[in-house]
Amino acid sequence: MIQLRPIYVICLREFIKFFREKSRLLGTLARPVLWLFVVGNGMSSLIPPRDGFSYLQFIFPGMIGMTILFSSIFSSISIVWDREFGFMKEMLVAPISRLSIVIGKAVSGTFISVAQAVIILVLIPFLGIQITVMQFFEVVAVAILVSFCITSMGILIAAQLTSFDGFNIIMNFLVMPMLFLSGAMYPVTSMPPALRHLTQINPLTYGIDAFKHVLLRNGTPPLGPEFPLALDLLVVTAISIIMLTLAALSFRKKE
Amino acid sequence: MIIKVQNLSRQFKSLTAVDNVSFSVEEGEVFGFLGPNGAGKTTTINVLCTLLAPTSGNASIAGFDCRAQPDQVRSSIGLIFQDTTLDTGLTAYENLKFHAYLYNLDRKLAEKRIDEMLEVVELTARKRDLIKNFSGGMKRRLEIARGLLHYPRVLFLDEPTLGLDPQTRNTIWEFINTLRQRERITVFMTTHYMEEAENCGRIAIIDHGRIIAEGTPAKLKELVRGDIVRISTDDDPKAIAEIKGTFDIIARNENGGLFLETERGEEFIPKLIHSLSMRTRSVSLEKPTLNDVFLKLTGRTIRDDVLRDDKEVTREFVRSHRRAQR
Repeated sequence: MIQLRPIYVICLREFIKFFREKSRLLGTLARPVLWLFVVGNGMSSLIPPRDGFSYLQFIFPGMIGMTILFSSIFSSISIVWDREFGFMKEMLVAPISRLSIVIGKAVSGTFISVAQAVIILVLIPFLGIQITVMQFFEVVAVAILVSFCITSMGILIAAQLTSFDGFNIIMNFLVMPMLFLSGAMYPVTSMPPALRHLTQINPLTYGIDAFKHVLLRNGTPPLGPEFPLALDLLVVTAISIIMLTLAALSFRKKE
Repeated sequence: MIIKVQNLSRQFKSLTAVDNVSFSVEEGEVFGFLGPNGAGKTTTINVLCTLLAPTSGNASIAGFDCRAQPDQVRSSIGLIFQDTTLDTGLTAYENLKFHAYLYNLDRKLAEKRIDEMLEVVELTARKRDLIKNFSGGMKRRLEIARGLLHYPRVLFLDEPTLGLDPQTRNTIWEFINTLRQRERITVFMTTHYMEEAENCGRIAIIDHGRIIAEGTPAKLKELVRGDIVRISTDDDPKAIAEIKGTFDIIARNENGGLFLETERGEEFIPKLIHSLSMRTRSVSLEKPTLNDVFLKLTGRTIRDDVLRDDKEVTREFVRSHRRAQR
């Protein structure tokens, strides 16, 4: 069922295209820089530092999460793109399983997101945060998990979309709310109950909280991590498995 | 028999796209499905290439059942779809390499085969160029090279020259014929271009999901006995009556003129014009073509459908395309 060479070549294709499209790379990097240094600095004057962490430092884990969110969704939406431009057929008529296609897309999407998240880490010196080598690898590990989760979710959505018309709806009614209800820009535990419940079913909330555990080590709520690390990792892993399974199933049915 | 299809049907909700179709193709043959858009050609191909499950009936390719052994079927066939399925963001080489990996070709063999196929379709010089910069004809050639890369036994061509200019169309056919002989493959193709159907050894004419005639192009043309005379007059309805009275021939309306069938058309025309009481505007003589065979069998011309209902056809096109992808 799982064929390695097709998975490899599906990934290879995504990487080649990713590095060829410079504008896409630039776009995903420009967004967090804008948020951090424009919004972050602006808000810092309103919010006093706590536990030694400024607001700017507080939103940094959220910006890694945001980068992963956009990158992963964009990668998985490429399935709709492939379908629209016919290339999907080339894969569908090949003697490979649908599961291999889904895994290929999930793995490549994950790698591309992680690569972008790592690139964001070069901003660390400008934020006054110091991380050890160990912390760096912890960030990468969490990034892999979160990227895989969001990419799988994206593939599940892409399998339902028949055209690009749905893309804007997904962006406005899913991706943006996911970002705003994730604890990326403000703590989630102090939100009104109705919104708080929404944050609790958002996988990105737990992903960003895990980044806070790693990067804002001694922080306490509201600016530090709000859930136990074990819970964060458990929820993200569980949602990843559920999303990928559903994606593989719906892909099989739809195509 | 390399392709065997028995009582194949495929329904989409209330629409029967393919209706109890049976045919078989011998190894090495060029077999064509000729019919208007929406006749069920693409649906048949999609069933044969395992993209769609049949509602009922059986289909097998190279001895493998299309429903039960999809992977073996997929390995034995090469496909060229109506719309291009190349990745325009990759180079020619990358597209072929992607294909080689999907079909699990040995790495060294793949490199050799890629060069060989690029050579045949005369794209060696463009090996490292992005598909974005390719013309329609070049894309088609590359797709043919790709379709044959994994040594398939049957090549499926769905409207292989749709949207290409006549000159490019001819070039594409030269490549297909060269490759067919070189690789000793069977070709199954669909088309709604009459001239293109002439390339086939055997043709099945399909309309509303049913095969209405089958045979070699020459044999099919025999169905239209005699020549075609097209005439337009000042009073067509009256002319129909007069022709019926004088010659006992039924003339039919077509494209705003009259259409009738007769032996020895060149001798018949002077007699016809002489016998008519109204003024004749124009007259033309045509030896039978496959289009006339289609007209004779269905009362419509294939081109008619395209011209008259371009929008509707386009819509149907998009629909069948979407269906195929679901």
